Amino acid sequence: MTQTLSTLATLGLDAPDPSALSSVQLLDVYRTMRTIRAFEDRLHREFATGDIPGFVHLYAGEEASATGVCAHLESGLDTIASNHRGHGHMIAHGVDVKAMMAEIYGKSTGLCHGKGGSMHIADLSKGFLGANGIVGGGPPLVCGTALAHKIKGDGGVGVAFFGDGASNEGAVMESLNLASVWNLPAVFVVENNGYAEATAANWSVSADNVSDRAAGFGMPGVIVDGTDFFAVYEAAGEAIRRAREGGGPTLLEVKLTRFYGHFEGDQQTYRTRDELKNAKANMDCLKHFRRRVTESGLVTEAQLAEVDNQTAQLIEEAVTEAKAAPVPEPEELLTDVYVTY
Amino acid sequence: MATRKISYREAINEALVQEMERDSNVILIGTDIAGGAGGEGKDDAWGGVLGVTKGLYGKFPGRVLDTPISETGYMGAAVGAATRGLRPVAELMFIDFAGVCLDSMVNQAAKFRYMFGGTAVTPLTVRAMYGAGLRAGAQHSQALYPMFTHFPGLKVVVPSSPYEAKGLLAQSIRDDDPVIFFEHKLMYEVTGEVPEESYTIPFGKAHVVRDGGDVTIVAIGRMVSLAELAATELQASGISVEIIDPRTLSPLDLDTILGSVHKTGRLVVVDEASPRCNLATDISAQVVSEAFGDLLAPVKMVSPPHVPVPFAASLEDLYMPSTQDIVNAVKTVTEWSK
Repeated sequence: MTQTLSTLATLGLDAPDPSALSSVQLLDVYRTMRTIRAFEDRLHREFATGDIPGFVHLYAGEEASATGVCAHLESGLDTIASNHRGHGHMIAHGVDVKAMMAEIYGKSTGLCHGKGGSMHIADLSKGFLGANGIVGGGPPLVCGTALAHKIKGDGGVGVAFFGDGASNEGAVMESLNLASVWNLPAVFVVENNGYAEATAANWSVSADNVSDRAAGFGMPGVIVDGTDFFAVYEAAGEAIRRAREGGGPTLLEVKLTRFYGHFEGDQQTYRTRDELKNAKANMDCLKHFRRRVTESGLVTEAQLAEVDNQTAQLIEEAVTEAKAAPVPEPEELLTDVYVTY
Repeated sequence: MATRKISYREAINEALVQEMERDSNVILIGTDIAGGAGGEGKDDAWGGVLGVTKGLYGKFPGRVLDTPISETGYMGAAVGAATRGLRPVAELMFIDFAGVCLDSMVNQAAKFRYMFGGTAVTPLTVRAMYGAGLRAGAQHSQALYPMFTHFPGLKVVVPSSPYEAKGLLAQSIRDDDPVIFFEHKLMYEVTGEVPEESYTIPFGKAHVVRDGGDVTIVAIGRMVSLAELAATELQASGISVEIIDPRTLSPLDLDTILGSVHKTGRLVVVDEASPRCNLATDISAQVVSEAFGDLLAPVKMVSPPHVPVPFAASLEDLYMPSTQDIVNAVKTVTEWSK
């Protein structure tokens, strides 16, 4: 059995009220989610042309998670460690979209000058410690950034995004324990999209929910419907506030779905056709958000359409500029290994 | 600089104290480095399993952090903290335990700067005991510095005396790159002249421990002291030995080694690490590749056999390179002829 809308509906969570946010804030949220979706949809198409090297893992379908969590974070203060499926986390934390695109194309104008690629994009100036090619690599790092926040007393919070697959890594479990023992200002966001690569979470996670494990590490475990931005926003807000105020870490499980495969090129034969169709029809966080905010009268369709157009323009420019940008110079091969050597 | 005789252990402790006094961003992380968290007795009962960090917990409140025995978790935390302006010194206790936390060192810390296009600075120091001789068996006795030397992005330091230990550790902590600092567990009681005030020893500068004209011995860590005993013995036979201590294996001061081989024409490399792909093979290969014409004899390597470190004292003594092994190797290269 796989995670479906019906299992999410049984979570029994009350839908929070969109009017907690102003129209301007709602449009900002929509812009972030739409930017992520447009970025990923475009990468999906461009990857098929063969222009993009390496491994690319898309975040489409999961936008409400990154956006709902990062809406509470301050870019440049709070720290994030992400995973291989990290584009959404970056965009939501304010990382430059064009520099990201150029990096994914392996160009010298990329955030990492073409030396990182999709799985290693970082923007340390914004507190974004990077996507990570190692499953479970991020949570231990966040114990360290959270420790730095605590020792320096800067009020910052460390957030680790990882998946249901990483939740079974020892590194993640050690991190949860350490964060509790040291009472760190940290939030562990497990984005359970139902699959670790090709293996269903219903099979690989021995507990009913990843968040059930929180009790074993002495921290609150919270489940939230990841197709509902407002639900994520509210739950993440509570966890981040608690962390900031010295109340310690939280394990926040966001149940959601991914629209594309584990990586680009994955035919997803481990899923049924109906499951994917149902996910796109009924578990689309962007559609959900649009409906909520227009029905509540806080935002108009016209305003959303304007954001759609602006976002499409931004992604178009990002791709055009990335394609036109120069590749790294040969001498770049040997630079940036050490500060001094 | 005023010096006095202190032990290798005291020299390391003193470097930590002086660096923590100098820079409030220096913190210590490790299992039982205070030693007593949560118990009803003393909070700092141990000060490290072999007492190297004794006294620091009281001296630097909030900056000496005991951990659960979670090397994966706390090594990753040390790396993460290093990216945010702290200068963590993580104690791994025994380098053998790298087996459970290698990812943070070699996939994260070592690669951040390159992967992130030169934007990352990760001033992490990992301290760990290495080496055979304490009857500690196969999982607490390895000399794993070759493994770390393999990784671009890491620096690898192996001090051979109390003086080297203090100056190289201070440099490790001040260095902006991740450093793995190897302390030989048999050397903690070894004493030597050490300046009271703080000083650093630069990386990538080998130390010519002894001048000589017939044979060059490159020796690493504790092997330097064995090479010195061998050189004294060989001197009596009229063989003049030059001893080079690389001090840091990454960066490696190959120029000093090549200069010495140019003078002597003969090379013996003494390395306590397992013999395949260790520093003896690496240095030998580089010298043969760069200075084949200078060599008057084949290069000899003195390393343990390719077996795990045995427990029984009789076997462990056989396992470790000895002064006699070094003497024999030097005689082989000086007596060699086509």
